[in-house]
Amino acid sequence: MKDSRAGPRHRGALPNDDIGVETRLEMFRLQVEIRDCEKRAHDLFLQNLVKGTSHLSLGQEAIAAAFGTAMQPGDKSFCTYRGHAHTLARGVGMEKMLGELMLRDIGLMRGKGGSMHLTSVEHGVMGSYAIIGAHLPIACGSAWRAQYLGDGDVSVCFFGDGTTNIGAFHEALNFAAVWKLPVVFVCENNLYMEYTPIADVTAVAHPAADRAAAYGLERIVIDGNDADVVYRTAIAALEKARGGDGPSLIECLTYRHSGHSRADPAKYRPEGELDRWLERDPVKIYRQRLLDFGIAPEEISRIEERSREKVDEATAACKASPPAPEALLTADVYDDGGWAWRN
Amino acid sequence: MAELTYREAVARAIAQEMRRDERVVFLGEDVAKAGGVFKATVGLLEEFGPRRVRDTPISEQAILGAAMGAAMTGLRPIAEIMFSDFMAVCFDYVANEFPKTRYMTNGQLSVPLVVRTGNGGGVRFGAQHSQSIENWSMMIPGLKVVAPSSPIDVIGLMAAAVRDNNPVIFHEHKALYAVKGEVPDGEIVDTLGTAKILRAGKDCTIVALAMMVPRALEAANRLSRDHGIDAEVIDVRCLVPLDTQAILGSVVKTGRLFTVEENPRLCGWGAEIVSIVADEVFWDLDGPCVRITTPHIPLPAADHLEDIALPTADRIVERVSRVMNGD
Repeated sequence: MKDSRAGPRHRGALPNDDIGVETRLEMFRLQVEIRDCEKRAHDLFLQNLVKGTSHLSLGQEAIAAAFGTAMQPGDKSFCTYRGHAHTLARGVGMEKMLGELMLRDIGLMRGKGGSMHLTSVEHGVMGSYAIIGAHLPIACGSAWRAQYLGDGDVSVCFFGDGTTNIGAFHEALNFAAVWKLPVVFVCENNLYMEYTPIADVTAVAHPAADRAAAYGLERIVIDGNDADVVYRTAIAALEKARGGDGPSLIECLTYRHSGHSRADPAKYRPEGELDRWLERDPVKIYRQRLLDFGIAPEEISRIEERSREKVDEATAACKASPPAPEALLTADVYDDGGWAWRN
Repeated sequence: MAELTYREAVARAIAQEMRRDERVVFLGEDVAKAGGVFKATVGLLEEFGPRRVRDTPISEQAILGAAMGAAMTGLRPIAEIMFSDFMAVCFDYVANEFPKTRYMTNGQLSVPLVVRTGNGGGVRFGAQHSQSIENWSMMIPGLKVVAPSSPIDVIGLMAAAVRDNNPVIFHEHKALYAVKGEVPDGEIVDTLGTAKILRAGKDCTIVALAMMVPRALEAANRLSRDHGIDAEVIDVRCLVPLDTQAILGSVVKTGRLFTVEENPRLCGWGAEIVSIVADEVFWDLDGPCVRITTPHIPLPAADHLEDIALPTADRIVERVSRVMNGD
């Protein structure tokens, strides 16, 4: 890992200095930007500028930020409808993402996909899948292509705890293990399957990790609110996949600070639960870690200020963007660019 | 020129495309070592090896999902779903994933894959292994839907499907696997969305698909011989894109339309063709458009019951002659 800033002063000072300052600052920047951008998405929703639905991952930023930092440019990521964070973490600009949420021409898919289908092939963001579990086999296929062509990239597939009870989860895990595919499955266990506690509807305590053995995989449960922990785990799994040693299944324990979607006030949560998790807010604990590590407060503030500026700039650009042109309605149903089903 | 069975044509078609393009890979249950439960893929493993011809677990979602993931990142997979009935097990991919990806991503991703599947009845397999499901996928924007009736069409249309940049659902008919036909040597490539007029006629048009094609041809010959009715027979071959030009042209010429469908009556593809004809060439019609279909039932296993359910040449002759004579 490149680390031009980690001076000798820091070497050995903390148990986690293997990661390096540059990487840490990058993970902090991503977490802050994801947080700010999603908060803005919420504000824009309240102003009726974000239509339809949106699924925020406030509180889960460490996972996306750490994987986004650990992955290499050619790697492919697959995520769910709760995919804003994973999209930003691969380097997609805020105006592209917010623009898509606002269904404007400036958006990633010019408004044709919406918040649940964010895709940016140039960034390796191979789609956000809105049917629970569908993308696990698809990630297997992408990994199979890498294995077949010797492309050397890894496919990383993010999903929630609810996915672990879908048939496609089990089919994909078995398939990936049998074919020894370069794919990393990342379960973001935020304790709730939409509105229902995952524990109420799952036979095992750790919905992903406790099933790993069934597919001959290592049981991995980690603190998903600690970006350093996620980063180290990600690096190990990516290296394993790239080295031809097959898939990994990682269960990241985390918590979403808001409801399942914008329609959900999350009243089902027991009293005090949110407060306990807010104490372990990934952005807050990471900020403190940077201070403990000796990063200057001014440097941290600069990142935070720049993030707010970027969100404001993106918002302005999106507001100025027109809606998608009507010609897009019938475009790209078929590969010739059109929608003709008859000659 | 060689005489091939429909099942041998499947293997020859896949081999033709795999020889041509290293990106073409093939996966499915029992397709490699066993050569397919219908023996339609015998020899592919031997020629192309386990890297390109792959047995999968019984995991239909994984098969179609993996095919899609590979297709949208650079391969051109052919995936087998053993019996078309099983398409329902993985219908998320057929209905929600393959066909919508290109549109939702504003053209960023294409899904160039072929799902081939054993479709249709007539072989006493009962209600869950006999369905004719081509209309399930016909209604979904973004898919192409093919159903060949002869060995030469299997090769040409399969080649066209593999080379197409869209997801194609390719229905092979189980009851046709043993049918033989002359096939020229060398590479064969057909065009999707082209119907074939297999018998020219002036009195009425009979539109058929897959196993109904030979039955419609037999019926047309008997209609001519026994009833003096000269029927034109069109093999649709491909439901999407649909060759409306050939169908409308024929109906304008004959003034009468009959469709012969194996799928259950409700919302069968024949209804769409009748609707197009009624919309666009109504004033050229000399009488009602008539659909000959399987009744709205699951298919029974009992041989005599299944035979009654599926349109036969007898039924086609009876229905066409009665309608043409104004009864």
